[in-house]
Amino acid sequence: MQFYLEFEKPLVALEQKLNELRAYSTDEVDFSGEIEKLEKKAEKLRREIFSNLSRWQLTQLARHINRPFTLDFVKHIFTDWFEVHGDRNYRDDPALVCGFARFDGEPCAVIGHQKGRDTKEKVYRNFGMPNPEGYRKALRIMQMAEQFGLPVFTFVDTPGAFPGIGAEERGQAEAIARNLREMAALKVPIIVTVTGEGGSGGALAVAVGNRVLMMQHAVYSVISPEGCAAILWKDGTKGEEAAEALKLTAHDIEKLGCVIDEVIPEPLGGAHVDHEAAAEMVRICLKKHLDELKQLSPDELREQRYQKLRAMTIIKE
Amino acid sequence: MAWFKKTKAPIVPVETKKVKMPEGVWRKCPHCNEIIYAKEIERNQNVCPKCDYHFRISARERIALVLDDGSFTERDATMQSVDFLEFKDGMRYRDRISAAIKKSGLNDAVLWGEGTIDALPVVVAMFDFSFMGGSMGAVVGEKVTRAAEKALENRCPCLVFSSSGGARMQESILSLMQMAKTSAALSRLKEAGLPYISVLTDPTTGGVTASFAMLGDINMAEPRALIGFAGPRVIEQTIRQKLPEGFQRSEYLLEHGMVDMIVRRPEMKSRLSQILRIFMKQ
Ligand SMILES: [Zn+2]
Repeated sequence: MQFYLEFEKPLVALEQKLNELRAYSTDEVDFSGEIEKLEKKAEKLRREIFSNLSRWQLTQLARHINRPFTLDFVKHIFTDWFEVHGDRNYRDDPALVCGFARFDGEPCAVIGHQKGRDTKEKVYRNFGMPNPEGYRKALRIMQMAEQFGLPVFTFVDTPGAFPGIGAEERGQAEAIARNLREMAALKVPIIVTVTGEGGSGGALAVAVGNRVLMMQHAVYSVISPEGCAAILWKDGTKGEEAAEALKLTAHDIEKLGCVIDEVIPEPLGGAHVDHEAAAEMVRICLKKHLDELKQLSPDELREQRYQKLRAMTIIKE
Repeated sequence: MAWFKKTKAPIVPVETKKVKMPEGVWRKCPHCNEIIYAKEIERNQNVCPKCDYHFRISARERIALVLDDGSFTERDATMQSVDFLEFKDGMRYRDRISAAIKKSGLNDAVLWGEGTIDALPVVVAMFDFSFMGGSMGAVVGEKVTRAAEKALENRCPCLVFSSSGGARMQESILSLMQMAKTSAALSRLKEAGLPYISVLTDPTTGGVTASFAMLGDINMAEPRALIGFAGPRVIEQTIRQKLPEGFQRSEYLLEHGMVDMIVRRPEMKSRLSQILRIFMKQ
């Protein structure tokens, strides 16, 4: 599906011109000189645009409709994947997919938010906003991973928990809280990757890990910029200002020094221009961290996770 | 300017007896709208004698209510929040912190420490809604975590009395992380077989509800308290329909299985004492 953000548009015009020239050069006329010149220009422009993105633009990039979603990462990174469904209490939640697979040949569990690309799938996936059943399914799968001694990989990409009557009625606060408590105590490695939008409690409910990684153009925040603007600026359209204030980009959060372990680079132009290349960069990073965590005993894994959380404290005493 | 010399008699404001209430002597109940003698409300543990509405109370009043007289020792009283993001909306966060400290006489939205309930040692953390709406930043998260860790060390029960609008946006991602940190500390308490009681008071919402406030071995609520994750206005805007009567109130949560019991303030201490003695086998 063709979709471009406002700041991508100058690039699109250049790309179109390039494509036209390439099509014409099959005739007796040789445009290779011009093509090369234009390619260099496009590369330079892309570099310029992507090294100067505002926090609001990065937020839009994190929400890009063509950004790789969990099932895209599953396709490119894992083998032997099979999805499992349901929380065994109420229903299945398509906004949070869970399953088992192999990573680098070794068995593991995979959990992640799933958004949709076309209208029908967006609705089916509830725009990636889980209901309590999603968190409870995820917990069931994590406890199964512990039972079989498998590492857990989670992929975080959600605007947040779904603010609906049913979600409240069925105790979404309790479901999120329970996951936080149980993930802290899990006896297997947990590696979290924030791939797109890390939206508040709906994200955190699958994001307590021994390692927390963030893709270069992902964002992670306690509240969406729009939600924050509605409360603090009393104006939901002031998302741009709120995004600046929230300092929600991977780079911002890395600077805090205690929340994430590594920023995973993306292909120039963003992960959406090349899913395979983006997934490969993620895979390399996951492999490195898993290899490190394999050296730890179950108790050491729990202790490391606890101390990591304990360090998330910036206060004046 | 001779005409100016002739001063008029000053305009004396007409006494408006029916509107003016001497400050602090009378209070209006927001639930039944009755005007009640403030001392009478106070004597009644800040519960409306007409309709049983539970007024919001400060952390210190809460301590006096549930702990044995003089048994409370506060810990980390001087701990303060830091504006590490240099957050600014209409006002700078650092100025908000200073203003809140000045206004409330507290250093942040939670007090924690050790005390006794009918001579049984406990660790408590008490929210104070008057400090930035009881919002949870790193200080609140750290204090609740230390309370749980102290209970683990003392092998005694831990109690948290919540009253909070949720995570403190001015600390962005770090405030979100306090949910995970506090919940992790409670997981250790649970594993050690020690009781943790969560008392939810009006209002308890957002990140506080979705972490330690819902994790009690016993979740106890005061009557008619607003308890939920998403705020009612956000839900209404999302689903574009009116919310059902009593939605997200204590009674609704009891009906839906999210809290164990609703306890009126006058019975709070004796009920806590009874429960803790059962769990501590005393
Ligand atoms: Zn009343």
